[in-house]
Amino acid sequence: MSPTLRNLPHRALLTVWLGLVILPYVWMLVTSLKDPRELYIFPVRYWPAHPTLAGFAQLFQSTPFPRYMLNSFVVATGTCVIALTAATAASYALSRLPMRGKRVLLFVFLATQLFPAILLVIPLFVIMRSLHLLNTYGSLILADAAFAVPFATWLMTGFFNALPRELDEAATIDGCGRLQAFRYVLLPLVAPGFAAAGTYIFLYSWNEFIYALTFTADTSARTIPVGLQTFMGEFIIRWDLLMAGGVITAVPVIVLFMVVQRELIAGLTAGAVKG
Amino acid sequence: MANDARGALLRPPASRARSDRALAYLLLAPACALLLGLIAYPLLRAVWLSVHDVRLLQLGTATYVGGAQYLASWADPAFWIAVRQTVIWTVGVVGAQLVFGMCGALLLNKPFRGRAFWRGVALIPWASSSVLVALMWLWLLDSNYGVLNDVLRRLGLLHTAFAWLSEPRTALPAVMLAAIWQGTPFFAVMLLAGLQAIPEDLYEAARIDGGNAWAAFRYVTLPLLRPTILITTMLRTMWVANYMDLTFVMTGGGPGVATLTVPLYAYFAAYKRLAIGAGAAVAMQLAVVLAGAVLIYMRLLGSVEAAE
Repeated sequence: MSPTLRNLPHRALLTVWLGLVILPYVWMLVTSLKDPRELYIFPVRYWPAHPTLAGFAQLFQSTPFPRYMLNSFVVATGTCVIALTAATAASYALSRLPMRGKRVLLFVFLATQLFPAILLVIPLFVIMRSLHLLNTYGSLILADAAFAVPFATWLMTGFFNALPRELDEAATIDGCGRLQAFRYVLLPLVAPGFAAAGTYIFLYSWNEFIYALTFTADTSARTIPVGLQTFMGEFIIRWDLLMAGGVITAVPVIVLFMVVQRELIAGLTAGAVKG
Repeated sequence: MANDARGALLRPPASRARSDRALAYLLLAPACALLLGLIAYPLLRAVWLSVHDVRLLQLGTATYVGGAQYLASWADPAFWIAVRQTVIWTVGVVGAQLVFGMCGALLLNKPFRGRAFWRGVALIPWASSSVLVALMWLWLLDSNYGVLNDVLRRLGLLHTAFAWLSEPRTALPAVMLAAIWQGTPFFAVMLLAGLQAIPEDLYEAARIDGGNAWAAFRYVTLPLLRPTILITTMLRTMWVANYMDLTFVMTGGGPGVATLTVPLYAYFAAYKRLAIGAGAAVAMQLAVVLAGAVLIYMRLLGSVEAAE
């Protein structure tokens, strides 16, 4: 048997498996390009005869979707700034500075990931209300940042630990203070980890649903996921619009994720393999 | 700066260590403040809420009711339906994710061109919003225009416009299908990392000993992959049991209570019945049961590992 032929069953199964992962996205894209008249014909027409961007145009012109995009962008960026700063500082300390109980602290950090969102969303709602933060970006940025910090810290600690200590020592001998060594020697070297952690935080905040649903009341702070969910109730379901919104939600996520996927996957899998 | 460095070198080591320790606490402070203020404090507040009758519309007034809200949930038949369905949901979704994830991991483990790229592509559902996943699957499962029904019709397996999400019998499995789809790639990538840590010469040895592919899987892959399988399964179980986004968007717990799970029950108690305290009481029970499950699981894992 030639190698190509021997690999055929593997290739076929792999294609099916990956196909099942990707096809729902392809179908979303195709649907978003259809004219409503072509959408609701029976039986299903798989390829649009007259692809159109009318759904996207209508989404931008006659729905609050642009506002939701702005809200999502502001919240995700704000979360990124806060959580990345906190995570970078914490991970540097965990990796480089002497202190007791590092392992315990990191374990506690990660354990917070296991709390049911529903357990925290109820008291957080009460707290946000008394701080007058409901229906503002602030409530979402703070809640998302707190949830994204533990994994981002874990990720960055791994990247700092991978850099030999001799580097900082050499920098110190060359006359750098700790902060300078951090700024000019370590930070450029952990840039991939920094990018991966930043992307993780951004994605987490961009996708987050339950807090956004609970803390926002109208279009002023509502993010895309909540916006899409309310579309389903407000309009008679317009699948061309919903799918256009879905495409716009998915594209930045996919692009960002694919850029840093190697680093992010390395961080994700580091814990499970070590056991 | 040279002065600084000389200072650092001349300073006695003890004082340098002390200043480093102070710096460590300073750098950890922002992260800890976020976690204390927005996770630890709300957690305590949740405990407090669960024993107080607090109404969403009058958050100012709280009456201490002890365990009454816990007992009230036990007296509600819908609560027990939600408990049963949470077990079915969690076991079914995690189990299927493990099986299909293992298939994906084995397929991705064999070298092919562009493997790192496709591994990333496979993880896109993990990086997608739950609402997006819910929307895609609502559309795929649509009774008239959905792809699933169209395929079944073309295969001659279906002759009507079957509404999967409106039938009490099929609604839960249909939402589970979406959850399985979303989480399988994550499982696959975790298991793949475990597979790649298995030394190739062990498979070599299995081949020399005359083992076939199944024997290699059974006696090399599975035992060595066990820690990865166990830890990933545990983390996923916690996550899936708490995961309510898909049911919320796709069915809202319905039809009737056919897809109601415990986190959704808690959410509806707090925001539909406007009983914040009652919602917190249900959420507390979920958290305690899951934490207990993790402890028992780790204990069992520890004793098995010790026995080996």
